[in-house]
Amino acid sequence: MRGAPLRVYAILYLLFLYAPIALLPLFAFNDATIIAFPLSGFTGHWFTDLAANAALRQAVGNSLFIAVMTAIFATLLGICAARAGAMARFPAKGGIIGFVMLPLVLPEIIVAVSLLIVLRQVLGLNLNNWTVISAHVLICTPFSIAILNGAFQNLDPSIEEAAMDLGESRLSAFRLVTLPLVMPGIVSSMLIAFTISLDEFIIAFFLTGANPTMPVYIWGLMRFPAQLPVVMALGTILVALSVVLLVIAELFRRRGLARAGLKDQGGFL
Amino acid sequence: MPSCAGARLRRNRHPRLIFDAGRSSILAGDHGASMGLGSFAKSEKGRAAALLAPPFLYALALLALPILAVVLFSFWTQDFMTIDTGFTLANYREFFDKPIYTTLLGRSLMVSGIVTAVTVVLAYPVAYFVSFHVAPARKSLWLFLITIPFWTSYLIRVFLWKVILGYNGVINSGLTRAGIIEEPLSFILYNVNAVIITLAHAFAPFAILPIFVALEKIDRSLIEASRDLGETRLTTFLRVTLPLSMPGLVAAVLIVFIPTIGDYVTPELMGGAGGKLIANMIQTQFLQLNNAPMGAAIAIVAMLSVTAIALLFVTLNRRWLRGRE
Repeated sequence: MRGAPLRVYAILYLLFLYAPIALLPLFAFNDATIIAFPLSGFTGHWFTDLAANAALRQAVGNSLFIAVMTAIFATLLGICAARAGAMARFPAKGGIIGFVMLPLVLPEIIVAVSLLIVLRQVLGLNLNNWTVISAHVLICTPFSIAILNGAFQNLDPSIEEAAMDLGESRLSAFRLVTLPLVMPGIVSSMLIAFTISLDEFIIAFFLTGANPTMPVYIWGLMRFPAQLPVVMALGTILVALSVVLLVIAELFRRRGLARAGLKDQGGFL
Repeated sequence: MPSCAGARLRRNRHPRLIFDAGRSSILAGDHGASMGLGSFAKSEKGRAAALLAPPFLYALALLALPILAVVLFSFWTQDFMTIDTGFTLANYREFFDKPIYTTLLGRSLMVSGIVTAVTVVLAYPVAYFVSFHVAPARKSLWLFLITIPFWTSYLIRVFLWKVILGYNGVINSGLTRAGIIEEPLSFILYNVNAVIITLAHAFAPFAILPIFVALEKIDRSLIEASRDLGETRLTTFLRVTLPLSMPGLVAAVLIVFIPTIGDYVTPELMGGAGGKLIANMIQTQFLQLNNAPMGAAIAIVAMLSVTAIALLFVTLNRRWLRGRE
């Protein structure tokens, strides 16, 4: 077969991508404080330790709040941009969309320090969950736009026009006709933004307040060797959760494409 | 980041946009330049502009203005607890006078360059395989599998590399048990090599997606034509496929090169004393030394260097492509 060597290479590449993650559950259930081979025995007590950790519960609560808010706001902004993107051109439209997409290629530390300067030094605000949310919305919006573009660009505008011709206002035509059609894209966008925000560390480390987010708390744990198995247990849960969310997001994305009557081009972006 | 490629795709892909614009101008009675502001607001263009305003204003307020503030701060100085707002180049002078900063920047650029080269070279065959040898119905499954690791906690993935490369990590304990080595290999932890391996792993999916998008756009009949005209499979690849996929390759290079310069997690965890990068210095200036102006200056110099190298790369690439025509 012609592509055989390439196929072997691609499969090895996938193994390389997944190798580190495969280690997580091994050490999360390993009955030893030192993270090294050989494994010593099966235990579930790192997970019970997790549940008993009040500071961690607080951090998880912060991160969930931040991730939910980020998902909502980034998707709202994404809907605006993707809908505008599917409409008529006007001068500078391409430039404006490019500018909104810019955080995708900007090093995250630049976003972090620039917001830190403005929030702390210029405005004199205290850092809290909302400062993290403001930054996360900024970096998640481009991803939302990319996903929602797929949903909006392929809508036939005549469907909404038909609703308006039949007497619906512009708003109710959008709500009754367009919104259900793009809903899978919206769900997908919210899940992706949620996942990004939940895992984000580089920016959160700069902008988190007195109550750290979960990744910032994990970073703190990493300095204590005795805590490492707990980190592995937490990591296992996080990765499992991310994978579940991503699978759901992917299913919704595909359903959205199917609803728009499109062939799948593959991948989120 | 792959969506930059997506954005470009979008612009080319939709002749309907043009049709739309034409129709809406008829509906709104739009006569080009003579159109008043009121009718612009009601036209489809006007509504599109109004819709784009919230995301634009958000990015303006939380991205453009803050970056301007960074530029401004870099010309000020930290005077113990207060900031001296007198204009000065002192921070920049310090940057280029003290070898520590230039060493870190040089090392950062080198690490980013190597990571980019490794990532893109390793990723190209995978993108090629998915585009040319995977059945269309299964392409999205492959892309999904490739992107999943990228979405899972970055911090934990970096930490896992420590487990793999460490003194009694997976590789060393495995090789020792197999009797291949007696002493643990030390060149793979707490140095620049470890940083490069970890970053190359973290950014792998970034490189695949834009290359894949570019390969997908290639008209397959061009490749057939090349083969019919007597080129071998290899020369067809070199003379047809590779040049046509160049936009994706360039996007992949930029998408990996630019963000890697801003990562301080990997060098902090994997780099040891000799593997620290410029982003660690920015982080230290802001969060430990409380010297925002110096940190701002370092960030600006780092950004400008990266941008300059990226522009140089794009220009050289364009010249190379043009030279071929």
